[in-house]
Amino acid sequence: MTAEQNVLSLTNIHKAFGGVVAIQDFSLNLKAGEVVALVGDNGAGKSTLIKIVSGVYTPTSGSIELDGEETSFSDASSARSKGIEVVYQDLALADQQPVFMNMFLGRELTKPPFGLLDKDRMRRESQELVDELDVRIPSASSTISQLSGGQRQGIAIARATHWASKLILLDEPTAALGVAETARVEGLIENLKKKNLAILIISHSLDQVFRLSDRICVLRRGQQIGIRETAKTDKNEIVSMITGVA
Amino acid sequence: MTRVTSRLNGLDFQQAVVYFGFLAIFLFFAVTLYDDGFLTQRNLTNIVLQTAPATIMAVGLVFALSAGEIDLSFGSIVAVSALSCAVILQDYPLPFGVAVGLGVGMGIGAFNGVLIAYLKLPSFLVTLATMGLFAGIARSMTNLRSIPVMNDTFTGIFGSGKLFSVPSLVIWTVIGVAVGHLIYRHTRFGAHVLATGDNPRAAQVSGIKVPRVRLYVMMICGGCAGLAGLLYAGRLQAAKYTLGESDLMTVIAAVIVGGTALNGGKGSVIGALLGSLLMGMLNNGLILMNLKVSDQMIVRGLIILVAVALSLRDSNR
Ligand SMILES: Nc1ncnc2c1ncn2[C@@H]1O[C@H](COP(=O)(O)OP(=O)(O)OP(=O)(O)O)[C@@H](O)[C@H]1O
Ligand SMILES: [Mg+2]
Repeated sequence: MTAEQNVLSLTNIHKAFGGVVAIQDFSLNLKAGEVVALVGDNGAGKSTLIKIVSGVYTPTSGSIELDGEETSFSDASSARSKGIEVVYQDLALADQQPVFMNMFLGRELTKPPFGLLDKDRMRRESQELVDELDVRIPSASSTISQLSGGQRQGIAIARATHWASKLILLDEPTAALGVAETARVEGLIENLKKKNLAILIISHSLDQVFRLSDRICVLRRGQQIGIRETAKTDKNEIVSMITGVA
Repeated sequence: MTRVTSRLNGLDFQQAVVYFGFLAIFLFFAVTLYDDGFLTQRNLTNIVLQTAPATIMAVGLVFALSAGEIDLSFGSIVAVSALSCAVILQDYPLPFGVAVGLGVGMGIGAFNGVLIAYLKLPSFLVTLATMGLFAGIARSMTNLRSIPVMNDTFTGIFGSGKLFSVPSLVIWTVIGVAVGHLIYRHTRFGAHVLATGDNPRAAQVSGIKVPRVRLYVMMICGGCAGLAGLLYAGRLQAAKYTLGESDLMTVIAAVIVGGTALNGGKGSVIGALLGSLLMGMLNNGLILMNLKVSDQMIVRGLIILVAVALSLRDSNR
């Protein structure tokens, strides 16, 4: 019964890059409508873990279950087709293309009868989306390279929220954002939670983690130190778990 | 409204260079070479006819460069395709010759493409090697001999013929550019080519089959070179190993001047056409000026240098 409620279930995940062990024996269950924060110092393995779930890396061993079904993603597109969206730390936008082409990257809309690109519709829908999420950009036709870091992050988040239907993975989504923009993104994450998506978020801001998450999972040098319910822990405990200093 | 502004934004400095350069050189020759007949309809048509193969090659190269690859071997592909076609036409009817000519081009492109996309070798080195390899094969195929093309239908369709009094080479140019532009700007494949050249990792995580895109652009490049080979064979009514040999610099220059980025993610098929016509005009004008061949080469080299420097100026920042 509980297994069926888990959108994502990771068991004994291991990942090594050559000799370097990036993730050691990681397990986590994630339910619909739940926000889990992944915290840890630089190089702890957080991004690696997200890339394993999104299919960019294959784990050396361990199992990934989606809705209780064992899955192995051969590449990022198979994860996407199962309703998993990612906002990567290093953004994954095509800088010289317009916003609307990035919004629909790999899923471009076409129109009959010749199956040519429906640029007008992509432009319109992108504009609606960024307006709805209050991402302030000059227009949906702007080239990404003309945008600020925060605007780019806004585009990446808008894209992920548009396409995600099950699970959304966010790797430091507010790292480049100002105060107001951060608040907007946090509002957005709360909305996704209300829409019953499962959310895994990486953040270095413990304030943010405590504001948003239901549970906090701590990584240190590839090792899973522990998982705490946010309501039943405090910053001191989390900090000492992250640093290993009691 | 947003459409108009986006069009205007798109008309950036790099794109503008080709238009201004085109106009400037045209006006310069029109004035200085007026008495030598530069402006006659015959001469202007001649320029378009002479640049037809280079334009087709340029269209192919736009795809390769936009995907972040380069093809240095297309000149050799031209020769091998033209020779294969000419040899086949000696004994078989036209469709076989055309199919073999184009097939050889796409086949060599696929060979390049597999090495680049699946063995992950850099396209610069792969095509540098295959350029030499296929230049050698072109030489040995017919022992340096040139092969005459006697098939009148072939030389009509691919060379000197006309349809409703429009020369067939003009028709090929228009078709090549129109189809290339349509695919490049208005299909998902075109969008994937640009995304692949722009940010291959982003393309990959967005579900674009990056290796396949790389293979296809090299095949397009090879196929275009094959067609260019047919056009040479049709116009000259013969095929020889030297065909395409001197096009490498002109075609790359045409494409770069036309606003295609050398490192991918950005380009223009229409720009490549204008760039190619510009190069053709340059050749034509320098010949009409009665410059020695060596001087022509020097002047052409210098002008290309200036043009390329101008069109790359702001992307180098
Ligand atoms: N592709 C790779 N090849 C080899 N080693 C890698 C690779 N990717 C990550 N690593 C290593 O794995 C470890 C974890 O890296 P990861 O990017 O997951 O850290 P992180 O927790 O996201 O850090 P940050 O907070 O700085 O983003 C690091 O030691 C890193 O050097
Ligand atoms: Mg990271």
